[in-house]
Amino acid sequence: MQKKISPKSIVILGNGISGITAARHIRKHSEYQITVVSEEHPYFFSRTALMYVYMGHLKFEHTQPYEKHFWKKNKIDLKQGRVETIDTKNKILQFSDGEALGYDSLILATGSKPNRFGWKGQDAQGVLGLYHKQDLESLEKFAPDNQACRRAVIVGGGLIGIELAEMLHSRHIPVTFLVRETSFWNGVLPEGESELINREIREKGIDLRLNTNLKEIKTDENGQVRSIVTEEECEEILCTVVGLTTGVSPNISYLKGSDITTNRGILVNRYLETNLPDIYAIGDCAEQQEPVGQRRPVEAVWYTGRMMGETVAQTICGNRTAYQPGPWFNSAKFFDIEYQTYGWVWAKPKENEARFYWEYTSGKKCIHLNFDTKSRMFIGINTFGIRLRHAFFDRVLQEGETVDYVLEHFADANFDPEFYPQHDEEIINQFNREQGAQLQRKKRSWKRIFSIPSQSL
Amino acid sequence: MKTLQQIGLGIFLTGLAVFVSLLFVGSYKLTPAQFEEVIQSKGIQSEVFLSEFNNQIVGKSFSNSHAFSAALISALDKANATHKKEREWSKVIWSKPNSFAYDIIKSTEAGVVAKNKALFWWLTFGLGILGALLFILPNVVLLGPPGIKNNGIWHSKATNRGWIGWMTFLFLVGFYILLYFYPNYIVNWVYLVDPISLKLSGNLASQWFLYGFLYCVVMTVMAVRMYIKYRNNKYQTLRTTSVLFFQIVFAFLIPEILVRFERPWYDFKNAFPLDYDFFFSWNLKQLIAEGGFGLFILVWGIVLTLVVVPVMVYFFGKRWYCSWVCGCGGLAETLGDPYRHLSNKSLGAWKLERWMVHGVLVFALVITGFTLYSYFSGASSVIGIKTQSLQDTYGFLIGSVFAGVIGTGFYPIFGNRVWCRFGCPLAAYLGIVQRFKSRFRITTNGGQCISCGNCSTYCEQGIDVRAYAQKGENIVRSSCVGCGICSAICPRGVLKLENGPEKGRINPTEILLGNDVDLVQLLNKK
Repeated sequence: MQKKISPKSIVILGNGISGITAARHIRKHSEYQITVVSEEHPYFFSRTALMYVYMGHLKFEHTQPYEKHFWKKNKIDLKQGRVETIDTKNKILQFSDGEALGYDSLILATGSKPNRFGWKGQDAQGVLGLYHKQDLESLEKFAPDNQACRRAVIVGGGLIGIELAEMLHSRHIPVTFLVRETSFWNGVLPEGESELINREIREKGIDLRLNTNLKEIKTDENGQVRSIVTEEECEEILCTVVGLTTGVSPNISYLKGSDITTNRGILVNRYLETNLPDIYAIGDCAEQQEPVGQRRPVEAVWYTGRMMGETVAQTICGNRTAYQPGPWFNSAKFFDIEYQTYGWVWAKPKENEARFYWEYTSGKKCIHLNFDTKSRMFIGINTFGIRLRHAFFDRVLQEGETVDYVLEHFADANFDPEFYPQHDEEIINQFNREQGAQLQRKKRSWKRIFSIPSQSL
Repeated sequence: MKTLQQIGLGIFLTGLAVFVSLLFVGSYKLTPAQFEEVIQSKGIQSEVFLSEFNNQIVGKSFSNSHAFSAALISALDKANATHKKEREWSKVIWSKPNSFAYDIIKSTEAGVVAKNKALFWWLTFGLGILGALLFILPNVVLLGPPGIKNNGIWHSKATNRGWIGWMTFLFLVGFYILLYFYPNYIVNWVYLVDPISLKLSGNLASQWFLYGFLYCVVMTVMAVRMYIKYRNNKYQTLRTTSVLFFQIVFAFLIPEILVRFERPWYDFKNAFPLDYDFFFSWNLKQLIAEGGFGLFILVWGIVLTLVVVPVMVYFFGKRWYCSWVCGCGGLAETLGDPYRHLSNKSLGAWKLERWMVHGVLVFALVITGFTLYSYFSGASSVIGIKTQSLQDTYGFLIGSVFAGVIGTGFYPIFGNRVWCRFGCPLAAYLGIVQRFKSRFRITTNGGQCISCGNCSTYCEQGIDVRAYAQKGENIVRSSCVGCGICSAICPRGVLKLENGPEKGRINPTEILLGNDVDLVQLLNKK
């Protein structure tokens, strides 16, 4: 693609994965002037890695994927500041320090903010979330070790909640984990997987309370957390730190009073365009007017932010491109258990769906396949404790292969490190038993693995 | 369990303290009979030397090795100064003063340590091993169930370049300086392993035997630590077993047993140019004089470097050598594992690395060229440069200072692969093959990377693994030793070490897998 030569000025609000990906890709294809504005920290860092800083696996600097000279070399201006208002008519941003910045195109990539539900005491000393870099500083202040923090209570049973539990556990701080649902993350995970993670949480010595809501946070005379009270049992649990990890929502409050249309997030069409010309929204803060396939209208996922960045950069550089993500995938880690998913495995099967669940005797590995009862078409897989190959499932899902194909070629799909114990034999045997099938395991073939067309090597 | 660990630490430190204190104890005395032997074995003709020795040294007691060394070296210097002034070249004693002193001191067999070798072995090695194991073994319980065990690494003063790290650095650097340049001060340490050396090769120990034995002990103890830390990962446990096996059997036992059968000391896995003096004339002469067995070694050494090494790198990457076989790699992967995250990941360090490591390779090849030319032509110098002094320079700068003092001494500061990354000529050679003609790569798993940075941080070779993974690209780098840690610690299952077809191994992509199929194809095909 030819580089566009023009003084056109692109301003990106937010230096998370979405904004930075957009900036990098715009730079690849153009000589536009690029300014990335951020409030939290001048440099891009990986939010998902904050937990490792507290745990002592990394230093904060390690969460920054680019060295400082990268930005200068690529002529991407970084500006730290807080946007007060957006004058969409004259295309000018007003900052809280009185400065102003004009733009030709504006990309809103302001991410999410943690949810708060108006609990009594939610602003007390020692109540914190796990989202911003500043939360890390609060943690170091209120929960440096198990002397300063005798117990922490975490409210909210999602991915961030379990990460916070793992963090506190790494410093031997006793944790009580309040989960509203009947089983951990069972709005997303089917019963088997959810139960497997319940066990993992408890095995780590976390006091997991299912079916439990927070009623209020009690404080001492200094405004410091003293205890929490649960909704159901009205039980008071003494603690000095409360982690609120009850999800995130789009960070769009700065748009109040502007004429950019919002709902939960900033409403965009398939081209990531807002209702106003030359203003785009990407990442966690964007809401699709029409959800893409089975995806949610607001996708607060690392890679979707990145993909929207890749896509909007095309449009900005003159190749108007729709956001059309391929098959759904995701991953996470629950203490020592890695989780990956490709395609869809809903918490509860839909009418046309059949399921196959296999769990290893250790209770730490399982796979769960979802497929169409009639056509036997493969719909999705959850995998715990076994790594699988994205390229394999991306192809299988796009080409509409059957569940039988997937299981027969499961050796190709495996992505575990070398010499790891393989379970394809047990898996296929159990499948054959349960489904009365006669599938034969195929040996792993490098030729097949590396000739995947969608990777367009 | 915690208490047990603390007791272990106490015992270890006691052993270490005894070990260090041995540098300062002992009483040394050269008897007239021993002096006769020295004169015989060294072929000494200097009358100045004889009179100096008879007046100042023979029959006198010295309370430590420093005083004794000083007296020996001063006698030697005096004698040499006189003879050089008088131009009596045949009377000059050309030995290096410290080695000369070492030989004499070692032969006296005097002092409390020499008389109680076994007892002191137990007080040093014995306590050290016991204490270290007591410190390490409780981790089976304390670290919890199998999984990634990196908690607190950047908080610990031992592993974040804190004061414990700096103390360790001082100790290691001091050890290597004594070992390479002042063996006369560590005679007591060598006495400790005399009994073992006698059993193995039938000879008394040299400082190199001490080093070899200590190397094996340290690797074994720290391998236990590896087995516990990485017990969730079979690649790591197998790899650790492999380096341990090659160190103990190939680098230690076989060479010593060869000596017992009056064969030349040879480590069959140590490939040229890491084994930089393989083609030195003294080695060639020794091998050829040896007859059939010597010729076998000569041929094997050449085949190893020219055929075995590149062919294996083609199929498996340089990891087969660097992190499965090599002794330097073996120490780095056991003793050095706690320091792997300290390597520098900056672009600047990568640039420096390429200049240095390839520079050393060129240097090694040049001295080998000079050596072979001298060997065949008989000329002692080539284009006005003395082959011998070139060899000495390489041996000092690269063989001793870089590989030893910096390579290992700097573990706690610059990470555990400084030598392998910046200095090893064999690694440079393997790296060139790995980069351009190999089936090995670290595959990136489509679009799963979240840029967390664990892979880059824990890469001992300072490769910015994330820079590739977050772009969906495979990692194909000449410096990668395939330790597999990036893959092990990735929280999202993004990295896998693989040997596959060469086609598509290097896959620069514009857009990662998972986005719009048409867009991916459009941009990546360009």
